Amino acid sequence: MDLFVQGVSHHYGDLQALDAIDLQVKGGQILALIGPSGCGKSTLLGIMGGMLQPTEGDVVAAGVPPADSLNPFTYIFQDFALLPWRSVAGNVALALEHHRLDRAERTARIEAALVLTGLRDFAAALPRQLSGGMRQRVGIARAVAVRPAILFLDEPLSALDAQTRELLLEDLLAIWQREATTAVYVTHNLDEAVRVADRIAVLSRRPGRIKQVMPVEIPRSERGDARHAADLAALHAQLWDLIRGEAAVADRELADG
Amino acid sequence: MAEETGQTPVPFRGGGFQPGARRWAPWAAFAAIIAGWQLASSTGLLPPLIMPSPYEVVLALGHLAASGDLTEHVGASLSRIAWGWSIGTLAGLGVGFAMGIWSLARSAGIPVVAALFPIPKIALLPLLILWLGIDEAPKIATIALGVFFPTVIGTYSAVDNVPRSLIRMAQSFNLPNPAIVWKVILPGAMPGILAAFRITSSIALILLVAAEMIGAEFGIGSFILAAGNLMQTDQLVAGVVLLSILGLTISFVLGRVEAWLLNWR
Ligand SMILES: Nc1ncnc2c1ncn2[C@@H]1O[C@H](COP(=O)(O)OP(=O)(O)OP(=O)(O)O)[C@@H](O)[C@H]1O
Ligand SMILES: [Mg+2]
Repeated sequence: MDLFVQGVSHHYGDLQALDAIDLQVKGGQILALIGPSGCGKSTLLGIMGGMLQPTEGDVVAAGVPPADSLNPFTYIFQDFALLPWRSVAGNVALALEHHRLDRAERTARIEAALVLTGLRDFAAALPRQLSGGMRQRVGIARAVAVRPAILFLDEPLSALDAQTRELLLEDLLAIWQREATTAVYVTHNLDEAVRVADRIAVLSRRPGRIKQVMPVEIPRSERGDARHAADLAALHAQLWDLIRGEAAVADRELADG
Repeated sequence: MAEETGQTPVPFRGGGFQPGARRWAPWAAFAAIIAGWQLASSTGLLPPLIMPSPYEVVLALGHLAASGDLTEHVGASLSRIAWGWSIGTLAGLGVGFAMGIWSLARSAGIPVVAALFPIPKIALLPLLILWLGIDEAPKIATIALGVFFPTVIGTYSAVDNVPRSLIRMAQSFNLPNPAIVWKVILPGAMPGILAAFRITSSIALILLVAAEMIGAEFGIGSFILAAGNLMQTDQLVAGVVLLSILGLTISFVLGRVEAWLLNWR
């Protein structure tokens, strides 16, 4: 499925968060959204997945979601958003319970999602017993279980420590290696963007505008190769150039400015 | 060696200020109080007319139990508090949830609750007797009213405290609204609701005794009042002990319910 963001602006009261955003998410591709803090990345992601009504403009999806997709637009949250009173399997089940599925298929989906995220042995554990990395794995399993057409990730790794982040990023890349995924990946981490994305959209500071959309030409699976290191470093530097000035100004802005 | 090189151990300054649990301490405290009380009575420090000894209280309880009056009084009180608390709680949960979820219910409800909550509900008993007769109904209604308002307030604040991020998550997975209420809001509000239960159960106990003192043939409250009028302090204190036991039992049951429903915390 493709997604088209058309002339989207958003205001929170007097505060303008987004200004005339035009953007396309291409089916089978991962689009990274980067920009200085407070520039409206989360707002844009919310609008794209239908969780927030934009003040102006609209978002259009083209194509039909796959037949087995229960929830075409699915989020993975920065704070995991797990129900603390449900077990790991119960949290995954939450996304399936209100769909007409026979018991066998429901169990199969849960099982497959837990296996994919390495949570099989933790099915009965409660969220409070899990580390941050494992909690986010539950968030990923829950999203995988509904077979989304488009996945929205809002800084999925930023609540984790550096090592866990690296491990989980590798797992995500492995999952996306296996099955072509359409996703929008919000991050403030340029490294993550460069490793994950097919295209990187750079937002300006608030009110967020699209500053540039940069393709990453090197195939995702080859980005670890040494021969591409220089190209990726150059891309990283280019992105940093784009963002640096904005970030410095954004950092000095008053929150209610 | 250490002295020669000027080495000294770093003095330990942490620890303390961490009250823990001592299993025997509660029993010891009770035993000490009762022993002190018995001692004061036996030595004549406490005249029997003013305060009976623990032994006499136990005797009085024994007589009450033997004559069958105990079951009658405690039974009457238990049924009133059970009905009154349940009705008030169910209604309060319903209204509290409505106020936690819908703007209209909240905007209309908050001022009404604010106006009615401060009225000591026992003041309504005479009116309720006029409306409902002199039977059980006005006593149950008084307790229910007293329980209703704190339950409403506790419930809608508990609903407010359910993280919005969880509700947005549920919406993002297209959960229908009833499922969101049942699977996300209700369990998320449970800690606050159970905290309200602790408050409403003690309010119910107070109103029970007050209502029974105003007019009832049976019940712990009327029993205490009658004993007071006859200056039977042993019976009176026996009644008070019954209330303490009733309160402890309620709080024990609530503790169990909390441990069971909130085992995820
Ligand atoms: N519900 C809201 N009400 C009012 N203002 C809001 C609300 N949500 C966000 N904002 C403001 O809108 C701007 C954009 O917020 P948003 O969360 O989309 O930015 P972001 O790029 O995701 O930031 P971050 O990097 O901190 O995650 C910020 O200035 C923020 O303070
Ligand atoms: Mg954000």
